[in-house]
Amino acid sequence: MNEPTNNSGVSLEVRGLRKSFDGQEVLKGIDLEVRPGEIFVIMGPSGSGKSVLLKHLIGLEAPDAGEILINGELVRPDEIAGKYRMAMVFQSGALLNSLTVGENVGLYLAEHRLKTPAEITKIVEEKLEAVGLKDASDKMPGELSGGMKKRVAIARALVIEPQLILYDEPTSELDPLSSVVIGEEILKLKHRIHVTSLVVTHDRDLAFGVADRIAVINEGVIITVGTPEEVKHFNDPLVQRFLHADFKRESPKSL
Amino acid sequence: MFENTGEIVLLFWRTLRSLPLAWRQRQKIAEQFFEIGNASLLMVCVLSFFIGAVLALQTGIVLVDRGLSGAVGGLVGISMAKELGPVMMSILIAGRIGSAMAAEIGSMRVYQEIDALRTMNINPIHYLVLPRIIAIAVALPLLVVFSILVGWFGGAVVAEMNGHMAIPFKAFFSDLRDIVAVKDVANGVFKSFCFALIIGVVSCHQGLATIGGPRGIGRSVTKAVVNSIVLIVIFDYLLTRVLLN
Repeated sequence: MNEPTNNSGVSLEVRGLRKSFDGQEVLKGIDLEVRPGEIFVIMGPSGSGKSVLLKHLIGLEAPDAGEILINGELVRPDEIAGKYRMAMVFQSGALLNSLTVGENVGLYLAEHRLKTPAEITKIVEEKLEAVGLKDASDKMPGELSGGMKKRVAIARALVIEPQLILYDEPTSELDPLSSVVIGEEILKLKHRIHVTSLVVTHDRDLAFGVADRIAVINEGVIITVGTPEEVKHFNDPLVQRFLHADFKRESPKSL
Repeated sequence: MFENTGEIVLLFWRTLRSLPLAWRQRQKIAEQFFEIGNASLLMVCVLSFFIGAVLALQTGIVLVDRGLSGAVGGLVGISMAKELGPVMMSILIAGRIGSAMAAEIGSMRVYQEIDALRTMNINPIHYLVLPRIIAIAVALPLLVVFSILVGWFGGAVVAEMNGHMAIPFKAFFSDLRDIVAVKDVANGVFKSFCFALIIGVVSCHQGLATIGGPRGIGRSVTKAVVNSIVLIVIFDYLLTRVLLN
């Protein structure tokens, strides 16, 4: 594993990515390009293939066809985690439940023996403080709320000093206030360490609040890519329906 | 149960290849080792005592009636050392520790903790499988030595206390020494080492192969225990056949 050297974000390019599970095609030839240091949001309804795409980008799934290029270099799925410093903030946080919060955050450094235990403790405290969880180091993940778990997961990602962070539904199951905190964390990271961020979400507020560019995906196909303004005005019934979906409260008389 | 044999052998091979990393994982190996000992020692003690006791009771009365009281110590001794100690303890550990391994790794799989490890370039085999397999491969043979000793003691207590047999403690162990050689105990310990590898690899494999939610974890635990026990019994025969030669 390469020791952290610089914090500049990487570019990412996906060409013709295809994936099927049990004969059902989930990704039908995805093409996208993410620029270094930008926050790129992938939006789409549940089951549209967003999370599967994310898993391909971090090497947890191997594509049936297609290519992934990082900084212009073609990479195999099994070499992504070894070649680049990448981090993923899972939907559930995916903290190791048998370890304390501090051990979770310092796990990468401890397992790869990149720092001494004293240095790791210091770094863990710094990163936890950065996400507003200064005194949580000795707590177990089971003692934390959903929002706190996600912030710990972000702290764990920060320790890697990643060149690319992938967020899988970072605000799902969170109340609006916690969602805002997570959105702010994503923005802070972009400005502080210039990391490339790829956010998968169906939270419209988060997407339009943090994104430099947005891609809308449906049934394994990218429908449009553009700035938030461009996507907002993209003339496609499915995109417009997704962006403006709202329920109408029927009048009591009609009930 | 044999459809995953290839995957199990591959996991075993990958674990063997990661053996040079064992020293780095020593803390986790120690944690697992103490967990196995802590979880099993009392059960091993009780089970072994009564296995030895019932063995002496079942065979002793028949042997004494035929004037073979001198054979009771040897029979209990050799049965505990070569068969009952290793096999019964391995089955107990498959139920107690194999199930825990499959459940823990299975739940880590279901709740994406293993995916999180992989994204941090931490190999789950080095981090999860290797420490567990080394710990069980060391702990089980030690538990079996302990079990053999306690089983002998249980047999001796019953042989002396039972009015029909009334074989003195000293005579029981003297007869036992005449029949049981060190290689018989070594034979049992070697078998238990092989069984430990079976339990470790099968249980870790089931854990890593877990899919679905809590039901998937339950299924993995059941399969880990059942498959381990079946393989223990099959390998017991094969190893006995090889070691007899």
